[in-house]
This record gives sequence, structure tokens and C-alpha cells, in this order.
Amino acid sequence: MTTTATHPSPAPPTPSGSGLPPSIGKWLTEALFGRAGLRMLAVCLGLGVLSAIVTGPGSTADEPFDGIRRSVIDPRIVTFLLLGVALWVVVRVTPLVWPILVRGFEPARAQVTELSRQRYSPIGLNLALLAFAILIPLALGAPARQSLVNDIAIYALLALGLNVVIGYAGMLDLGYIAFFAIGAYATAYFTSEKAINVHSPVILNPFFVFPIAFVLAAIAGVILGGPTLRLRGDYLAIVTLGFGEIIQLIANNSEFTNGPRGAFGVPHLSIHVFGFHYEWGQDPLPYYYLLLGLIVITMIAFGQLERSRIGRAWAAIREDEIAAEATGVPTLRLKLLAFAIGASVSGFAGVMYASKQFFNPQTFSLQASFLVVTLVIFGGMGSRLGVVVGTVILQGLAFVLRDLVPATDRLIYFGAVVIIMMIFRPQGVIPSRRRKREIKLSEAGIGGADSLGAAPTAAGSQT
Amino acid sequence: MSRHRAGTTGVKAAAGVPGADGDLVIDARSLTLRFGGVTSLDGVSLRHRRGEILAVIGPNGAGKTSLFNCLTGAYKPQQGSVLFAPTPERAHSIVGKTPHSITRLGVARTFQNIRLFPALSALENVQVGTEMRQRHGSPGAIFRTPRARREEREGIDKALELLRLVGLEHRTHEISSSLPYGEQRRLEIARALGTDPRLLLLDEPAAGTNPSEKLELATLIRGIAASGVSVLLIEHDMRLVMSVASSVTVLNFGRVIAHGTPADVQRDPAVVEAYLGKQDDDSAAGRATGGPAGEATTGRDQP
Amino acid sequence: MDFVHQFWQLTVDGLMSGSLYAVIALGYTLVYGVLQLINFAHSEVFMLGAFGGLFAARGLMDGGDTPSGLASVGIVAVGLGVGAMVGALAAFTLERVAYRPLRRRGAPRLAFLISAIGASLFAVNLAGKEFGRNNVSMPEPFTNGEVFKIFGASVNTKTLVIFVVAAAMLLILDTLVARTRLGQSIRAVAQDSDTAVMMGVNVDRVIVLTFIIGGLLAGAGGFLYAMTFTASFTMGFIPGVKAFTAAVLGGIGNVRGAMLGGVLLGLIESYGGYIFQASYKNVIAFLVLVLILMIRPQGLLGERLGRAA
Ligand SMILES: Nc1ncnc2c1ncn2[C@@H]1O[C@H](COP(=O)(O)OP(=O)(O)OP(=O)(O)O)[C@@H](O)[C@H]1O
Ligand SMILES: [Mg+2]
Repeated sequence: MTTTATHPSPAPPTPSGSGLPPSIGKWLTEALFGRAGLRMLAVCLGLGVLSAIVTGPGSTADEPFDGIRRSVIDPRIVTFLLLGVALWVVVRVTPLVWPILVRGFEPARAQVTELSRQRYSPIGLNLALLAFAILIPLALGAPARQSLVNDIAIYALLALGLNVVIGYAGMLDLGYIAFFAIGAYATAYFTSEKAINVHSPVILNPFFVFPIAFVLAAIAGVILGGPTLRLRGDYLAIVTLGFGEIIQLIANNSEFTNGPRGAFGVPHLSIHVFGFHYEWGQDPLPYYYLLLGLIVITMIAFGQLERSRIGRAWAAIREDEIAAEATGVPTLRLKLLAFAIGASVSGFAGVMYASKQFFNPQTFSLQASFLVVTLVIFGGMGSRLGVVVGTVILQGLAFVLRDLVPATDRLIYFGAVVIIMMIFRPQGVIPSRRRKREIKLSEAGIGGADSLGAAPTAAGSQT
Repeated sequence: MSRHRAGTTGVKAAAGVPGADGDLVIDARSLTLRFGGVTSLDGVSLRHRRGEILAVIGPNGAGKTSLFNCLTGAYKPQQGSVLFAPTPERAHSIVGKTPHSITRLGVARTFQNIRLFPALSALENVQVGTEMRQRHGSPGAIFRTPRARREEREGIDKALELLRLVGLEHRTHEISSSLPYGEQRRLEIARALGTDPRLLLLDEPAAGTNPSEKLELATLIRGIAASGVSVLLIEHDMRLVMSVASSVTVLNFGRVIAHGTPADVQRDPAVVEAYLGKQDDDSAAGRATGGPAGEATTGRDQP
Repeated sequence: MDFVHQFWQLTVDGLMSGSLYAVIALGYTLVYGVLQLINFAHSEVFMLGAFGGLFAARGLMDGGDTPSGLASVGIVAVGLGVGAMVGALAAFTLERVAYRPLRRRGAPRLAFLISAIGASLFAVNLAGKEFGRNNVSMPEPFTNGEVFKIFGASVNTKTLVIFVVAAAMLLILDTLVARTRLGQSIRAVAQDSDTAVMMGVNVDRVIVLTFIIGGLLAGAGGFLYAMTFTASFTMGFIPGVKAFTAAVLGGIGNVRGAMLGGVLLGLIESYGGYIFQASYKNVIAFLVLVLILMIRPQGLLGERLGRAA
């Protein structure tokens, strides 16, 4: 692989030089009805039909293709086909008119070579976002507030934790929810005599379980990651996948955990200090504000971490693991650190969840792990604000559309979102600038953007 | 930099008594490295005296980079041992240690095909090196404890000083992959020096640089050696080798075929044959004899 | 004592599931060979193939009596064929949609894993929506009687069918990879794709064909699995992880290793499941995976990869 000092500029190539086209009509015809154009039409129409099927009625195994049949013969199909045609036109015509549209903006898009020395995001924007987050629940009804806690705030915290693994260390953890389960079951064990079939000799206030779960999850992470991380990075993904499944299996089959029935009656969080008493109850709002506080603290803490020598070492590992080792960075230990930090946050969130509400092994399904991965990818790996905003958008959409889209179908869309992001915007909706630059450079053949080794196309020697 | 400056005796040591064990910075014995059927090192022994600039030369594929990789822990040779700065009391082989722990012992390197952290700024690249020996961990970093702040400041100061040393202070905040080739090579040297090495391995630092950069490079290398850091140098440009190295080891087909002063080695018939016999084009001959074609190495960066 | 008593029966059962794992494991190992990448969506290829084969076979049987003789053979053949075709189609689509655009761009490895996860999420849940979320069992395509006894262990028709079909597929694949031009290209790309390009190998084509071969095997394997157990939209997951374990056990990237690994894993699991507890069978496979990664990460037949620098 040849290392060059510059890399190709990302600007799209102008289709037919910079001269004016001889005839707009001929030009368009060529773009739309040429071979590539027609093939794109077929793809777009296929996507239309697929969307119709995905959004259409479902079916059962007795009539397996009934749902598909009904989706295709329904008049709605026309809408989807028209959307497909629209997509086709947009996809084929945009590259033609794009150079005209952005003319005059070119200098503004010049390649960045110098890092801005301003390292903190604008404080005003952050405060505005925080104010919004504080005020928004007041405008919402009861079901929305529940969802704000269970689907958004908890998952935002989870996504921030997984972001350390995916975004900072550049690895993939597919059993992330297992640590959440460890936190939740630890809470049940330590805080109640009857939530599950075993309990600790001393019963604690859930607040004291936070540090315990934090440490337990980190230990589990180290035990799991230690042997695996020595090997190729992608093995971690499959080992964590297996681990997530095993934890769920144990939760389901062990008599200690109450099996599939789950844990009932874990006490709510409460504070008793210096005559001050407060108990979190059924109302979701107090949980929301507690979680919001935790999220803000986590974001600040991880921001410090990212800008520290630890964060720089992670960046070094992502960009060139071999050079990082040669520069004295203990890569294995740092990857393990990221993995354990991620696990701890997940365990922490588990305590929060358990003390708020009932859970059973179903809560810790593989799908939940995949959901957190989706949130991180959508928001922007490596971007703290991104993963939180991403969680708000995706989970918020899921809530708003809950009557249109059954909960069980949600993951079809999330799967599609993940693929689309990877194809078109791997850096996410609110990318981390450094991550985005890494991905761009890595695609141009310079350095890496994860800690899993070289890209599949760039097989070959390294030194 | 304080540590670099501390050992100004290095130059004297280079001219001092040869062979005394306490004077060695590297004592590699019969290293053998095989890849499947290819033997890239075949019983290579190398003794590098403290403070000395030792050059390793040899035709393409001779095993020079492989030797570096064995010394730095990137490859594990099947046979042989590497003693780093052995003393009569302490003489463990570093073979089998991880690269980062070898770097921690005091061996730093650059790469033949530049391996910077491409999306980091020049400063940050060097900082990764200067922060390597720091002690504060993630709690310190999160809470920005006084020690963390102090260490961070020190790391930055040291990195800035190194950037000045290699003449890149005007590039401090630029993204390393956007620097010109020659500057990237110097940045790699600064990053390696940031780890406070006792031994610096340079893998073709002049490849792809222009004549004036080569002159600066020679000065830089001599300065580094004068500050007490031993330098092991792979280089095809014989003029550079002649001007900086105090001795030269020649590899061919994974074996040491000659060792001595640059002038001796250049006259050695085995060396001339190694370059001429294998590939008799002028540039190869030119390299061996220090002719002008020595600059023909531009752009070759395959391992 | 009881274990000794059951030993041969456990061996027969282990060989049966092991041969299935081997068939699926080949898909992982082949793709790994050419792309150096775990294809996380391979388990969904298996699942879709299973449904395809199941629906086709069920359609032929029409809910009547259990057929026999030639009719049985025909049904199994159609089920296998349709399962394999659906698997191949799924694998082809997967490569086109989730891998190729990223490969074109030279995306980092992490992106491939993530887009495979996305594809898997999509396929599993779409299957759940269209085919229902319950277990589906297939009507018996033949009477599942005992065929013969070996060391006191009974071998029934299903076991025999699975074993014979799997063995035939493994044999064909082995020949294909070892003897044919396509196999040669696959090996060339696996060794060094840059050099393969220079030698005139069309890498894109080889990669697609590799996916298709893996899909054919996984789809047919899916049908065999559905015939023995049940099918459901999440059925791919566990056999997927196990087949991957088998591939790692044998040495990932190594075709014969995957076969050996599959059979071994089937046996280990069968014995282990008896000694411990059947519900923890899956835990055993996972432990095997972690152990092999710790002790011999290159697998039984794999070569040790030198650390690169
Ligand atoms: N990772 C590897 N896998 C297989 N063979 C290797 C590997 N690294 C080096 N070799 C082989 O070892 C031999 C020596 O290579 P090496 O890179 O050490 O040569 P070199 O002297 O540095 O050459 P150059 O002047 O071209 O840099 C070559 O034949 C090379 O092909
Ligand atoms: Mg070399």
C-alpha cells in the first residue's frame, strides 16, 4: 500500500467535464434511460416494493406469503412505486445538477488540513439543549413520559457507554445488554429479600448498588475481553454475541434468577440523609431527571477522557495499531479499558432500570443489544452528542409511530437504518469530526478507523 | 528532552573501548526468522555499542526491516536472543516481549513506509509518544487531577520541543497526513524520540526526501546520537551512511556478510558482489559505492 | 456408568448435529477466506433457506399422510433444492447490498461487521413478520423408523439422511475447492487478493461465487435442520454461533478444518450435554469457543499467523 501525502478530494466528479451540455434533454435522457439509469430504475422500483412489504400487513407460517401478496396487490403499492420512481430521478439527476448548485460554495468546502484549536463545543448550544431536555417532559403526556425514561433516557445512557467501545476503541460488542442484565440482577440480589430466589446477607439501598454493579460489570468485561482481545478484533464481536446469549440463557434457566418470571418488587431508589427523605416512586419524571443528570455527567466525563492521553491513545490504536504499539501504547490494556468502561456504564444503567421497574430475561434479549448498536451507529460513533441525539430521534420516532408500526416490526426498520448508514453515512448523523476524518482517510487507504485490522479489500503486507 | 541531553558521554563511548559488555546497547545473537518457506533472517548477530550510529545496509529483501521487527518485538524470531543494554547482572532476552513493553524499555523506531496517526495533528502524534510514560489513568483524566494537568502540560511542552528539534514547529496543529512526505518522516522521528528512547531505530529515514532534506537529516541524526541516544539506521543512500555512521553491517539473503567502518565495508568484495551480482543495474551499484544514483530510492516503500 | 451405556447413541446424535454444523461452518470459513471477515448475517441465510425448503416440501405434501418411497425422496430433494436456492439468493443479495458498496469504497472493517448486523436484524425481523413468530414444524417427509443399530445405538432414517446428504455436500465442496478452476481462484484470493488480481482473477466474481456457495450449503443445511427440529425466525442464531465456533475450532479459512470442527463440536456438545444438563448445551459450545481462542486461536488445522509489523 502506497502512503501518499495527499488524498483525493471528496468532491464528486463532474459527469461531462465542466463545459455546458449540448442539450439538456439529451443529457437527461442519457442519465435516466441509459443502461445504468435503467438498472437504477429497477433497483428503485424493487426498493419501492420492498418498502410496501415491510410496511404492509404481516402473516403467519400457515399462510407465509399472504402478507406479501396483500402488500403487493394493495393500491398502496402505487404510492410506493411512485416513490421509487421519484428516488430514481433524484439519484440520477442530482449528480448532474450538483456542480451547478454548489458552484460558488467550493472554497468553503476546501479540504481541512489544520485542526481547529478550539476544542470545546459551543457552550451556548449545549445549554440550550440541556434546557430543552429539562423542559420537554412538561409538555408530554403520561405514556410519553414513560417512554422518555424507559426507551430514551436509559438507552441514551447505554449508547454513551457502548460508544466508548465502538466509537473510541473501534471494536464491536454485540452482547452489550448482558452487562445491563448483570446490573439489574445485582440490584435484585442486593436490595430485596424476595425479588429473586437469592438475596445478599445485607439488604442495601439501590444507591449503594451502583458502585457494586459498576465494578461487577467491569470485572465481567475484563474476564470476557481479556482472552478475546488478544486475538483479532472481530472475534470480540462473536464472543460477546455468545456471551449475551449465555447470560440470557442462564437468567431464563437458573432457579436463582426466578427463571422466565423475572424479578418483582425491587425497591425504588430512595435517599435518606440528614433527615432528608426522598423516594422515587411510580412517577417517571424523577427518574428522568436523575437519568438526565447521569447522562450529562457521563457526557462530560467521557469528553474529558476523549481529550486526555487515554483518548489520544485510543485514537492512535484506531488509526494505526502497530504504530501505536511501537510508540509504547499498551494496546491490549487500552482496549480492555474501553471494553470495561462500556460494560460498567451498562451495569450502571441496569441498576437504574431494575430499581424503576419489573424486568425478566426478555428484557435482555439479543435484539436489545443490537438496538443499542443501531443507536450508536445512527447518531455517530465517537460523538457523544451524536449518540444521545440519535437515541432521541430513533426511539422518539418509534414512540410517535407506535400505533402505525408494531413494536415487533421496529427492528426491521432499525436494521435498514444500520445498512443505509453504513453505505451512505458511516460517520452518523452528528459525526465526531475526528472519526469522520479517520473514516475518510482510511477509505483513501491511509491509516485505519477501527481496531480490527486492515480493510477487507486492502489485503497484503503491512510493515 | 532532559534525558536526551543527560547522556552526552555517548559520543565518547562510541570511540571508547570496543567489546566491553557494559557498553552494548543491543546484543543480538543468531536471530533466525522464517515465514513459511522464506527465511528472512538466517542466524544474524549484531552488536551495537552505546552512543554509536550503526548502519545496516543490504539489497532489497535482504532482511533489514525483518531485523528491526525482531528487535522491536513486532516479529518473534524462531531462534536467537536479543539482549538490550545488558549488564553483567541483568541480561534478559527481550525476544517474546510485546512491542510496547520493548518501547518502554527504551527502544523506539520509525517505519519504512510511514506509519503516523493520520487523522491526528502533528502535535498529537508526538504527544502519544511523550505521554507514554505518564502515570495518570482514566480517573485522573476524567477528574483532571492536578497530576493529570501537570503531566499533560509536560507532555505538550516536550512534544513542542521535539517538533522544534525536527523543524516542524510551524506544523504543530496540522493534520499529519496532510504534511509533505519529508516532513512526515521527520514527524515520525519526533514521535519516536518522544518515548525517551535509549536506542532509536530508523528504517530508511531518507527515502523519498530531497537532497537538502537529506543534509538536515544527517545533522539531526548526529544531534540525536550526540544527545546520548544510540542510533541504528537502515539506509540505502550511501552518502548519508558515510556521513553519519561509525560502523556498518551488511546483510544479504538474511545473513551478515560484512561488518566494519563505512570505508572498509565499501571496499569489501563480498559487499560489491552482493549488490552487483544480484542485480547489476547501475542504481544498485551506485548505492553500494556511494554514487549519485543513491537517490534512486524515492517512492519505494514496499517492505 | 450411564454415560458409557449411552456413549454410542450420543456419538450418533453428535455426528448428526456435527455434520450440520460443518455444512454451515463452511459458509463462514469460505467468506472468511476471501474477505478476512466474519459474515454475521450467514445465520440468516441459513434461516431463510430453512423456511424456503420447509414451505416447498410442505406444499408438496399437502397435509396428507406421510409419504413413502420415491415420493419421500422427491420431497426431500425438492426441499433441499429450494432451500439451497433460497440460501444462495439470500447470500447473493447480502453481498450486493451489505458488502459490495462498502468494499468499493474501501470502508474500514468495522463498517462491514456493522452492516452485516443491520442485514441480520432486517432479515430476522422481516421473516418474523411474514412467517409468524412461532416455531413451525414440518410434516414428516418419510416415516422416521430405525434403520439399523450400531454398537447398540439406533440410527434412524432422519439421522441417516442428514448424515449422508451432509457428507455428500462436504465431499462435493472439498473437490470443488481442491480441483476446479473456481476453487483455485478462491484459494488464490484467500492467499493474497492483490496478487490474485494481478494474475487475472476477477476478485469480485470470486467473492460473489463464494457467497453463493456458502448460501447453497447453508440453505440446504437449513432445510435439514427444519426437517429435524423446527423452524422459526430466530432459528439461525444458535446454529450460527455454533457453526462459527466449529469454523474457528478447525482453523478459520480452512475448508477441511471447518468440517472437522463441525463434527468435533457436535460430538463434544452431545457428550457434554449428557454429562451436564441438556439446557446448557449451548453454553458448552460457547465455552469451546472461548477455550479454543485462548489455547489455540489458529484452530486445529490452521497455521499460526505471524504478528505483522
Ligand atoms: N510478513 C512477512 N511475510 C512473509 N514474508 C516476509 C514478511 N516480511 C518480510 N518477509 C520476507 O522477508 C524477506 C526480507 O524482507 P525485509 O522486509 O526484511 O527486507 P529489507 O531488507 O527490509 O528490504 P527493503 O530494502 O526492500 O526494505 C523478504 O524476502 C520478504 O519477502
Ligand atoms: Mg525494509
